[in-house]
Amino acid sequence: MEAEGGLGVGRNPKSQTQKREIWIILIFGFWILSLFGNICSIWILDFLSFYIINPQNLRKNRIMGLTLVEKILLKHSAEKKLSDFVYAAVDFCFSNDITGPIAVKEFNRIGKNRVFNTDKVSFVCDHFTPARDLKTANNVVLLREFSKRLKIKHFFDINHCGIEHAFLPEKGFIRPGDLVIGADSHTCTHGAIGAASFGVGSTDLAAAMAVGKCWFRVPKTIKFVYKGKLSKWVSAKDLILYAIGRIGVDGALYKVMEFSGEVIKRMGMDGRFTMCNMAVEAGAKTGIIEPDNKTFQYLKKTERLKNYNPKNIKKYKNDSSAVYDRVYEWDISNLEPQVSCPHLPGNTKPVSRMRKVKLDQVVIGSCTNGRISDLEEAAGILKDKKVKSNLRVIIIPATPLIYKQALDRGWIDIFVKAGCIVSPPTCGPCLGGHGGILGKGETALSTTNRNFIGRMGSPDSFVYLSSPKVAAASAVKGRIAHPGEVL
Amino acid sequence: MIIKGKAHKFGDDINTDDIIAAKYLDSQDPGFLGSKCMENIDPLFVQRVKKGGIIVAGRNFGCGSSREHAPVSIKGAGISLVIAESFARIFYRNSINIGLPILVCREAGRIKDGQQLTVNLKEGKILAGDKGKKFFSEKFPQFLRDIIESGGLIDWVKKQASLRNRGE
Repeated sequence: MEAEGGLGVGRNPKSQTQKREIWIILIFGFWILSLFGNICSIWILDFLSFYIINPQNLRKNRIMGLTLVEKILLKHSAEKKLSDFVYAAVDFCFSNDITGPIAVKEFNRIGKNRVFNTDKVSFVCDHFTPARDLKTANNVVLLREFSKRLKIKHFFDINHCGIEHAFLPEKGFIRPGDLVIGADSHTCTHGAIGAASFGVGSTDLAAAMAVGKCWFRVPKTIKFVYKGKLSKWVSAKDLILYAIGRIGVDGALYKVMEFSGEVIKRMGMDGRFTMCNMAVEAGAKTGIIEPDNKTFQYLKKTERLKNYNPKNIKKYKNDSSAVYDRVYEWDISNLEPQVSCPHLPGNTKPVSRMRKVKLDQVVIGSCTNGRISDLEEAAGILKDKKVKSNLRVIIIPATPLIYKQALDRGWIDIFVKAGCIVSPPTCGPCLGGHGGILGKGETALSTTNRNFIGRMGSPDSFVYLSSPKVAAASAVKGRIAHPGEVL
Repeated sequence: MIIKGKAHKFGDDINTDDIIAAKYLDSQDPGFLGSKCMENIDPLFVQRVKKGGIIVAGRNFGCGSSREHAPVSIKGAGISLVIAESFARIFYRNSINIGLPILVCREAGRIKDGQQLTVNLKEGKILAGDKGKKFFSEKFPQFLRDIIESGGLIDWVKKQASLRNRGE
């Protein structure tokens, strides 16, 4: 009791001090907490504004994952983190008979007498070849002599190459995950293999030939998800024309266009090349498709990569937490074949609205649509048919190998019997170079990639762009036609 | 650096085929390429341009091909600067690489054809007309400024190499 009483007596004053202490502790605690809270909230707000307003920072600091192109750029640079610009080592660089001569001139200014790697530099003579005149012949001579002098291993003239963007992957020069530059805007084609492949200028190429490096702005990626099932008459070309029509010719400026979804998964490599090829027509830095088993099957058939390890394919994917600039999801089940009207590739309309356009010339070929599946589609429509009289129809297999395959399969026979002319592999008429120039007031439907004013010849001519199926059907009708009208 | 010249206006999406038609790409001569500049869309352009003229354009200037002949041709025609709302990416890098001054100015559309421009390249400040209406262009990132200040990519590469040699 005493103890209790003692305790009881002493409890009151003690508890008063305790109460005061508790109050002090509480007030102090609240003060500390609120201070901490303030700091936290400022920090949280900072964090949110920094990363939400600029998602690029999430990637740079590896809080979010990387896209495939970002991964490839990072891997090829000496940095551990991505910044806005990288100075990165290239795996392969090439140019052609137009951009090559300027590159040689600029290379000579650097004062080096060897290239960074004789196995990683290539010249593909495809634009004005077979040489259209003395000047263009001399440009090829210049490249050949330069290659010989610097022991560059991969100089290619007409019968050994064809169009660069069909030929280089066909031989196995490009691997998934590679960093590739080409002094040609359609270098973006090689993104179909899962490479970061960027078109550059001649001076870029000259510097890369000398030091094996090139500067890049790290691009954001726009993802295009194609859902549904392609209708019988619709092909890869229609999907990319549709995309450019939707986003415009600068809709992907400085950005990467990534193509994905079930439609792309089912699509063969030729179609994938077509899609990535035209990414530049929307201003994109490149097109890209994650490599898969179809990519591997393609690589295995090439001369240089027949022993390619399939395990490597799995390495080149976007991180699941990768940040996209924008995502478009389109169900294309009801999409009609598309036609791009003069004078911009983004001027896209469904073919059914274009049936009144009369034609003077049809061209099936180019780095966009000169591959074996393209010729197969055209042959399927032209079999046992005749092209309209007074219409010029030019078929251009993109490489000698494609030419031979088409010959072996009887398609060249179909084309010739239908009244087409088959040209040697070349860029030729696509850029108004030679072998199919348009005269004043003439109209062409072409499976190529550009329909700018005067692109195929006279500034007073008109170029429409379409898939090989639409082009072949139109060749029969003499006007722009839906393939369903012919078959 | 101050550039003075008369504005020559163009619209959106001026492509490299407009700037220099592909049939002339067999040449690498700036004088010849310059004489054919803008031939397809404005055949009298070269005659109108006086040395030091300034091209003012809309969005996506230089879209299309990678041909470096395009900026070379513009330079060859005597144009001293291109101002545009935006540039296509290969044209943009080609211009920086070969030392053709370019400026990105979102308000380029407000500059009028034929106006006398005074441009401070370093500050990116554009003074248009007699009244001196002011426009500002975007600043180049440091990385590109280094290339521009070196006089182009080839000189930058040479500078890098000599820096490395000195380092060794």
